[in-house]
Amino acid sequence: MTLEEVARRLELESLYADYAHCLDDDRLEQWPDFFVEDAYYRITSAENFEAGLPLGLVYLTSRAMLVDRVMALRKANIYEPQRYRHQIGAIKIAGDSGAGLDVVASLVVVRTMQDGEMILFAAGRYVDRLVRSGDSWKFARKDVVLDSRQIDTLLAMPL
Amino acid sequence: MDTHALAWPKEGNSRVPYRVFSDEGIYRAELDRVFLGPTWQFLALENELPNPGDYKTTFLGETPIVVTRGEDGQLHALVNRCAHRGNLVCLKRQGNADLLTCVYHSWSYDLEGNLKSVAFRRGIAGKGGMPDDFRMEDHGLQKLRTDHFAGLVFGTLSPETPPLAEYIGNMVGGRVGRVLYGKPKVLGTTSQILHNNWKLYLENVRDTYHASLLHTFFTTFRVARLTNGGGVLIAENGRAHASYTRTKDETVGREGSDQLYAGIQSQRAGLHLEDTRLLQQVSEFGDDITVQILSVFPNFVLQQVNNSIALRLVLPKGPDKTELQWTFLGFEEDDAALQELRLLQSNLVGPAGYVSMEDGAVGGFVQRAIAGAEQQTSVVEMGGYDHVSEETRTTEASIRGFWQAYRPLMGYA
Repeated sequence: MTLEEVARRLELESLYADYAHCLDDDRLEQWPDFFVEDAYYRITSAENFEAGLPLGLVYLTSRAMLVDRVMALRKANIYEPQRYRHQIGAIKIAGDSGAGLDVVASLVVVRTMQDGEMILFAAGRYVDRLVRSGDSWKFARKDVVLDSRQIDTLLAMPL
Repeated sequence: MDTHALAWPKEGNSRVPYRVFSDEGIYRAELDRVFLGPTWQFLALENELPNPGDYKTTFLGETPIVVTRGEDGQLHALVNRCAHRGNLVCLKRQGNADLLTCVYHSWSYDLEGNLKSVAFRRGIAGKGGMPDDFRMEDHGLQKLRTDHFAGLVFGTLSPETPPLAEYIGNMVGGRVGRVLYGKPKVLGTTSQILHNNWKLYLENVRDTYHASLLHTFFTTFRVARLTNGGGVLIAENGRAHASYTRTKDETVGREGSDQLYAGIQSQRAGLHLEDTRLLQQVSEFGDDITVQILSVFPNFVLQQVNNSIALRLVLPKGPDKTELQWTFLGFEEDDAALQELRLLQSNLVGPAGYVSMEDGAVGGFVQRAIAGAEQQTSVVEMGGYDHVSEETRTTEASIRGFWQAYRPLMGYA
């Protein structure tokens, strides 16, 4: 690995760590800042993804829609207090076109309810497209591909 | 011993004993009397399994079912249980096969469920094997009756279930056809595990009273309010219902509506969307109905929320556990812009939906709250005591219709 490649790896690991902590620290208002203006964000199942079906459980096609999602979660939607804990790892650069990076990473999310009940809420992978923005990377596309087709009760916060 | 016996309250359908949502004996009786009884349950879309040998698995209650496209080009529905020793025959959710072969002892069935081969049927070197009087034709997979309506295929195990069109009835049947006017195209599927009895979800589906009270998004962004025009259609036997909303029709004016919703937690002032594309809609159904929610007893739901169309199948998984399966649809005839609009509007519904997220949780809240209240009942009196069609949604008449359909099957006079 060249020094440049090592530096890029560290950049990416730091980006995904920031992303996880932003969500898990409940700083949801900062979540859209990880994305470009015309971002595409989708949460889907491996079954849909592999069949090429376009549906998203969450299907957002602009950074403004991400802002709206956070607004709705804060002010409109009703759900019990709960925490997600994201464990993101196995970050792999799948492609580098010069214009951007194709990155896949694994994620596991543990959900903890207000009474302390914990479950393994989600496991899956990010299939991401990153582009340079100044001295950092931003997500141009993020497909959150969940291994299971089942969601326990509801899916509120971003993954 | 009859463990599901229950004296229904003398008030009739306007009182529901909480015990029906938690009792193990009642749940077991429902699997038998409702799900294996004289009811039609959704199995597949007609065009979902296009090629001979295509199959998918589903359930009639908790009973595993496999739906196949036969060599004859017809759809067949079979109980997915080997006639030998009861093993699951099809293990995958969907696939394609020439024969359905049980992995346990390699008994094979054709796509219509007829037993075609039994491994070592004649034994080996004159020893063992099945008795001479074993008749292959007596040991096929159990076959369901199927019937179809507007591109939807339903199944039943009871010989007594009336034809599907009659079962749904003309009034609600017309509302199915209204939504499914094209050739359905699956946009994707998802599923939700609900920690509540299956009937609590069906009550929620038929509950036109709650939608704009529980769902802030509905009310605040004027997707649907009780002050909009609309009503409920309910079959006399209660089996089928459809509720409908005309959002453009403000019965008391916009300010009047805001005044009526003032002080109700679901109306929030000052909220706005940065990107309003998901609230846009195009008129495609030939009328001004913006939201239509429809159900067919026991467990099928057809939803139109603006241009978002979805089938929902409610599968019982225990007295306090339910799987809610969603199939989102467009039509082959859709242009790219309409499909994109449907995908954007899918944000309103499903497990993460701005509107229906709360429905995933509220049944569980009820389930928790009724623990220890087996002798008590709910009060279902909004709009009176009967279950007739009305030009209002400020009523629980559709819920009373559900119990009208349920009680005779369970013997709860």
